[in-house]
Amino acid sequence: MHARAARRVLPGFPLALGYTLVYLSLIVLIPLGAVFLKTATLGGEQFWAMVSAPRVMASYRISFGLSLLAALINAVFGLIFAWVLVRYRFPGKRIVDALVDLPFALPTAVAGIALTAIYSGNGWLGQWLEPLGLKVAFTPLGILVALTFIGLPFVVRTVQPVLEDLDTELEEAAASLGADRWQTFWRVVLPVLTPALLTGFALAFARAVGEYGSVIFIAGNVPMVSEITPLLIITKLEQYDYAGATAIAVVMLVASFALLFLINGLQAWTSRRHGSI
Amino acid sequence: MSIRVQNIVKRFGDFVALDDVTLDFPTGELVGLLGPSGCGKTTLLRIIAGLESADRGQVFLDGGDASSAHVRERQVGFVFQHYALFRHMNVFDNVAFGLRVKPRRRRPPESEIRRRVRELLELVQLDWLAERYPPQLSGGQRQRVALARALAVEPRVLLLDEPFGALDAKVRKELRRWLRQLHDRLHITSIFVTHDQEEALEVSDRVVLMNQGRVEQVGTPEQVYEQPSTPFVYGFLGAVNLFHGRIDGQHLQVGVENLSLGQHEFQVGAEALGFVRPHELEIDTDLAQGSGLEARVERVLTLGATTRVDLVGADHAAGRHYEVELPRDRITALGLVVGQRVRLKPARIRLFSPPRPTERTPCAPDGDLVGGYGENI
Repeated sequence: MHARAARRVLPGFPLALGYTLVYLSLIVLIPLGAVFLKTATLGGEQFWAMVSAPRVMASYRISFGLSLLAALINAVFGLIFAWVLVRYRFPGKRIVDALVDLPFALPTAVAGIALTAIYSGNGWLGQWLEPLGLKVAFTPLGILVALTFIGLPFVVRTVQPVLEDLDTELEEAAASLGADRWQTFWRVVLPVLTPALLTGFALAFARAVGEYGSVIFIAGNVPMVSEITPLLIITKLEQYDYAGATAIAVVMLVASFALLFLINGLQAWTSRRHGSI
Repeated sequence: MSIRVQNIVKRFGDFVALDDVTLDFPTGELVGLLGPSGCGKTTLLRIIAGLESADRGQVFLDGGDASSAHVRERQVGFVFQHYALFRHMNVFDNVAFGLRVKPRRRRPPESEIRRRVRELLELVQLDWLAERYPPQLSGGQRQRVALARALAVEPRVLLLDEPFGALDAKVRKELRRWLRQLHDRLHITSIFVTHDQEEALEVSDRVVLMNQGRVEQVGTPEQVYEQPSTPFVYGFLGAVNLFHGRIDGQHLQVGVENLSLGQHEFQVGAEALGFVRPHELEIDTDLAQGSGLEARVERVLTLGATTRVDLVGADHAAGRHYEVELPRDRITALGLVVGQRVRLKPARIRLFSPPRPTERTPCAPDGDLVGGYGENI
């Protein structure tokens, strides 16, 4: 870049960029690079056998499938949550607002134990749900509950500021032009929120894919049924199968990266379409 | 279509935004709602539109009681100060919005929508920008798009809330003239809210002056300017000089000096406020003359054909500011110098009884009365 061409108020594009690159390398790139290096000690065939074993394949389905589902649930309810927080005034609003961040702050193991205690067969909620045929703890449904729990703040916190900026005049204008509530929501409000909603969705999804602590308590960890991929990696590590662990990690890494890339692309596309140029 | 509001009352907590307002807006007229900020004019407009509901009173559209009708059903076109354009839609889709959300039975076919939108964009002279998005337009262009969008649904009335408030002076002036021409073509009953008296006087068929939730005066621009019925109206519609004194026969006694009056109905000894427009004030350089108020020239400012002279009162009236407007050649003839002492002689004074202390003061900041109660340019 032309560091000399433009005199900026604050010094040091080279310094800032250098710092950024070093930081990124130390914290992100080198550890991840090591994962790939370790994986490379396996041959191609061995690698393939490792990552495509039926038990591993089942864990991908659980991890990615439930993470997507949880992020989707959070997108819907997080939007409603943010809407209520921005648009209405009610007693205790500040407390509710603060509670949203709790899943961020709580050690995930605590969340996992708490959820398990509540949803297990003799727990507060579980004892009412079980007679209805709804078994939550120690099933994939339990994993979904845990992943939804930890992903909620992401959607709320990304949508909230955009919603605050969204002028109620837009809705009034739509109404004065004859649009009913649904039309106003679908055609006027939602398109404006879509980029933020996608960002929140992506973050919630990414968080859910990597989640370990809260899930293992509630999942029951039955192979082929309720075993998440991060747990498999831990299992491999405990068996001193480092290459095997990193091989699965590489698959997760690549898949997550591809999905995030896709969502970000979508997000960029929608915000460009929406004229924020 | 005619609009009538009757006994409208609206409160926001303890604040009375509208205090028993009754007004008629005849068919086909362009009416300006004028008043200082926070004096209820926008609230009234929003109540007419159905965006806000009155605590008491009724709104009649075309004779029918529309008080409980939803904004969707009132068929009013509303133009917002900050345009409220849908930024994720291009200009064309913005204008087409009102047609596309119509129920299927009443929605015109897409080809008809395209024709109508194109027609409207030509009307507002923006057909060449149909594909652009709102953030790519200038303020004036955005407001014209907003107007076209409001007109697309063929509203029965058009309501404009400070439509030019967010634009710069030059564009504002252009759009004013353009709005007037547009109204002359369409003849749709329109109300527009403004705090700019010049705008209201220039554009409207009739002006409604509001202050503190009440109607002060209704009339043609000429009527309200020439015959203001209250001190507030006088002060709001342009700069004024204020003289506070006591009636003494054919004079207004101000301190130790006096100003000659014409015909008046005040009793001798009554307290009175004299209002004089800057162009109604004469400057006399001969200090020996009997009547008139002594003042010192502070600044002589020539702007175009007229010259403005700022003065401060001398002696007992020290600190009071006065403003005089004179033709350029008159100034040259007088040969005024900064610091010079002169006499001010009103050619015409309009008298009002001073407001009783219990009465509410106008809500615009008014300091010294030069410059009027409200903003003036």
